[in-house]
Amino acid sequence: MARYDRAITVFSPDGHLFQVEYALEAVRKGNAAVGVRGTDTIVLGVEKKSTAKLQDSRSVRKIVNLDKHIALACAGLKADARVLINRARIECQSHRLTVEDPVTVEYITRYIAGLQQKYTQSGDPSGTFSAWKANATGRNSNSIREFLEKNYKETSGQETVKLAIRALLEVVESGGKNIEIAVMTKEDGLRQLEEEEIDAIVAEIEAEKAAAEAAKKAPAKDT
Amino acid sequence: MECVFGLVGNGFAILAADTSAVHSILVHKSNEDKIMILDSHKLVAASGEPGDRVQFTEYIQKNVALYQFRNGIPLTTAATANFTRGELATALRKNPYAVNILLAGYDKETGPSLYYIDYIATLHKVDKGAFGYGSYFSLSMMDRHYHSGMSLEEAVDLVDKCIMEIRSRLVVAPPNFVIKIVDKDGAREYAWRQSVKDGPVVSE
Repeated sequence: MARYDRAITVFSPDGHLFQVEYALEAVRKGNAAVGVRGTDTIVLGVEKKSTAKLQDSRSVRKIVNLDKHIALACAGLKADARVLINRARIECQSHRLTVEDPVTVEYITRYIAGLQQKYTQSGDPSGTFSAWKANATGRNSNSIREFLEKNYKETSGQETVKLAIRALLEVVESGGKNIEIAVMTKEDGLRQLEEEEIDAIVAEIEAEKAAAEAAKKAPAKDT
Repeated sequence: MECVFGLVGNGFAILAADTSAVHSILVHKSNEDKIMILDSHKLVAASGEPGDRVQFTEYIQKNVALYQFRNGIPLTTAATANFTRGELATALRKNPYAVNILLAGYDKETGPSLYYIDYIATLHKVDKGAFGYGSYFSLSMMDRHYHSGMSLEEAVDLVDKCIMEIRSRLVVAPPNFVIKIVDKDGAREYAWRQSVKDGPVVSE
């Protein structure tokens, strides 16, 4: 089987394109990323690998602006992401120049998917895209998606942020140091949350969880 | 007959441009906004071939925006001026843009600045500048009355004096002007000076 994985253009005898499957593996190993859509807010969250003490954590950004109204969170090989992000940013401005209108989310998603498809010629992570109310990708994305399916409801503002953080906390060690959150609203555009803000919300969530645990235990004691 | 001029005041830069869109002897409209808000703290007043004017300034605008997304910080006014000049220079020997530009901007570190960029890619950093036949009158007026560190009221008064000169002395003087300013709070439209009401005032 190893003979058939050297190049992306080589099929194995049983019809696999190993390079594509390896790419999928790289994404699965990548850090978890989650997105949640509220009524007036969109929240993107990414797991941050613990940064070295001497490293300036602000220089490691996994959530980036493509345009004033579009943000992107990524999982997988960062160098590849940078190439795609650069092309997408150029396309956003080019679109504004030619049609005097900002790109729609669907347009730029289709564009990026098209770029990816050109390089790998088939399915996820290249080629298919869809619109979601909430989704996750990267490490343990299945557990996050399960959590979201169980707990998703239409939220707005801070509640959306909390939902996104709760989803990430399913797979990430808690703490502002390990999570990067960005919030997109109509008025303020994209805003990255400070570590302290994230810590505060995490504390709120832990308190709510503890309260829920206590409430569950208390009635049991009575009987 | 297009008139574009501007000057640097105390903590701000001000640009004025006529608003007539002309083709031969016909005036298409007299509320054409020729001062583009390039980004939050930059203004570009352009005069010249209408197609080139819009095409070139929009191209610069989108590239300035792209730089900001790529690098997380906006270009300085000086960098923008040099980029613009570079684009004009590159096109010059093949397919020149017939556009003259006054670029005004405000940078936190260096304050307000004004750049004169003509269609053959001349670049000068100036305190006051003007393009077109109107420049004969507005530059003379500014030479007489300008001093560094003018207040907004003084500067607008000087701009109005220039507009008055142009209206009274230029044979085919444009009737209407738009004035925009840029300071620490950003780039914005300041006022229109209309002597012929032609349709609604178009603000971006």
